[in-house]
Amino acid sequence: MNWLYDFSILTQSIHESLSRNFVPGTVVLIEMILAGVAFMILFALLGLVLVYAERKVSAFFQQRLGPMRVGKWGTAQTLADVIKLLMKEPLMNKNADKFLFNLAPYIIMISAFMAMAALPFAKGLQALDFDVGLLYISAVSSLGVIGILLAGWSSDNKYSLIGALRSGAQIISYELSVGLSLLTIVVLTGSLQLSVIVESQADGWWIFRGHIPAVIAFIIFLIASTAETNRGPFDLAEAESELTAGFHTEYSGMKFAFFFLAEFANMFIVSALGATVFLGGWMPFHIGGWEAFNNIMDYIPPIVWFFGKVSFMIFMMMWFRWTFPRLRIDQLLTLEWKYLLPVNLMNILVMAFLVLMGWHF
Amino acid sequence: MEEIIHDQELESKEYFINMGPQHPSTHGVLRLVLSLDGEIIRKVEPHLGYIHRSIEKMCEHDSYQQIVHLTDRMDYLSCHINNEAVCLAVEQALEVEVPDRVKVIRTIIDELTRLSSHQLWWGVMGMDLGAITSFLYGFRDREMITDIFEETCGARLTMNYNIPGGLFFDIHPNFQKRTKDFITYFKKKLPEYDALLSDNVIFKQRMNGIGKLSKEDAISYGVTGPTGRASGFSCDVRKHHSYMAYDRVEFKEILDTEGDCFARYKCRIAEMWESMHIIEQLIDNIPEGDYKVPTKAVIKLPKGEWYQKVETARGEFGVYIISEGQRSPYRLKFRSPGFSNLSALDHMARGCKIADLVAIMSTLDLVIPDIDR
Repeated sequence: MNWLYDFSILTQSIHESLSRNFVPGTVVLIEMILAGVAFMILFALLGLVLVYAERKVSAFFQQRLGPMRVGKWGTAQTLADVIKLLMKEPLMNKNADKFLFNLAPYIIMISAFMAMAALPFAKGLQALDFDVGLLYISAVSSLGVIGILLAGWSSDNKYSLIGALRSGAQIISYELSVGLSLLTIVVLTGSLQLSVIVESQADGWWIFRGHIPAVIAFIIFLIASTAETNRGPFDLAEAESELTAGFHTEYSGMKFAFFFLAEFANMFIVSALGATVFLGGWMPFHIGGWEAFNNIMDYIPPIVWFFGKVSFMIFMMMWFRWTFPRLRIDQLLTLEWKYLLPVNLMNILVMAFLVLMGWHF
Repeated sequence: MEEIIHDQELESKEYFINMGPQHPSTHGVLRLVLSLDGEIIRKVEPHLGYIHRSIEKMCEHDSYQQIVHLTDRMDYLSCHINNEAVCLAVEQALEVEVPDRVKVIRTIIDELTRLSSHQLWWGVMGMDLGAITSFLYGFRDREMITDIFEETCGARLTMNYNIPGGLFFDIHPNFQKRTKDFITYFKKKLPEYDALLSDNVIFKQRMNGIGKLSKEDAISYGVTGPTGRASGFSCDVRKHHSYMAYDRVEFKEILDTEGDCFARYKCRIAEMWESMHIIEQLIDNIPEGDYKVPTKAVIKLPKGEWYQKVETARGEFGVYIISEGQRSPYRLKFRSPGFSNLSALDHMARGCKIADLVAIMSTLDLVIPDIDR
């Protein structure tokens, strides 16, 4: 079971066995396909699990049971929903821009896929590990807004258009806060490479070691990433009580499901990013100098730590969604440009000062 | 020349959007035609008639006992109070004095109805602002009241408990105990409402200063109920033209001067406390006696005109009967609070955002069948 603690043992053995049988070019091709299939399975699983989790969590907040009929405790409910969505008729407005209308859900999905590839799931379990990993994830995850804008534009529906424009303004604004709050930690680590960021937290997670600026950055990240994924209380792009369903009003069947799935995938991505940068990623809970304690913590496999932290972040986001009322568009932009952004910039300065003076732990 | 044409194309134009008849936050089949400039509302034009059932015309062919049943289908959340208005008008015309027991029971159920209506409003209000959890909280508590109603008269929503001259049946033996249980329960739960919505920063920002309605405008639009009282218009029928047992109980008329969405919200929350206060005073003092006075099987009102108004959960509900001495009225007019309250919507919503319109509409607490009749 050693591979559970260090996935590079597993990946190395797969690589070696492939290298013995194939030429190097084929090996790379097979490995790419393997990774792709693994991500697709993860994507589907995430959809299944998170949809179920959201329904149960919301039920918990609302003093009801949630799905209970399909399968034990309603566990097969999501599967039943998928079957229903597959059998639904794909409808389209007569004057809709057919090409863009069909393209939009895939753009959102692709951006989520691309971002997921760079996440460090566990020790040695990371498909892409470059020196600009953080920058890459922020870049590709913001591609999703193109899909939302296209969906709203091509639907030939005014509600969709308003939703899409709101979403455009919102995501572009909050991108700044997400990026800057992550940069606060980059100041500490001195690297954008995600694996290095995780390794640098071997003596304790940054949220504990980075003083108050790290906590402020974490709170800002939590707010801004909720806004970036279009989830409540920032779900202005959907805003079902104002715009019926916003940018995906006209979508049905599987194309609607893609939007739905992408929302959950995005939620997972920002949660994973937050967990990696602030909460140590797959790194177990370590306290610098306490060797015995650290060794005990190491018995829990890194992948458990990673998914545990991600679940915590996701639960927080669900908590927000099922508690807060929605903001208005001008309040949303005021929050970003008048509060979060200036605080963020000051925060980076303070953090840089702390690092220069060597005052962090 | 080409440049000028080009410029004109770039100019932003107002556009129309159809909000309803099928829309999640119009609470029924209300159709609003919005003129928008971006997200800013320039004009709101309500279009009615999607649930028009010509109830007033039907009344001209029905007996007075039957008319009572039709009023359930108007403002279904204040059905008992609507029933009572017709009964009171008929009793007034027949010069029948109902027993004390009837008066007290009617008042208690009136207030329970008001509570249940406000609970539902609170839940829906949260949902309109995007906090879906409040919806289920509101329904959870409302369920207890509907259970009491079910035990009392067999129906949960359209109750038909009133008849001209009294009540259909006497109250259930459990009624007093269950009502008291509910009051103790809800006194603990109502602060939860404040914790979830009223004290929330986002909620306050969404409500404060939105949809202002001055006292003068409230009076000139005929806005009544909590909506009018939040603007400082003292219009509580229970206070000013007391009926049933309202003259023997002590309660405050909730008045506010702000006239914005948050004032209307606070008004309704305070009214829930007042309703509980009224019920508490009466529930242990239900006098013994008959639950109805016998009336003839065919009620024929004498020739003349009668107007009776009552305070529903939404405002002043009036019944105007013109009788020619027949078994059905010559003409019957309902003054529904929703219709007048809706008429102020355009005035309140101009210059607001779409999200504000939704908030304003929910603080008006519209019930569409009440508007369309």
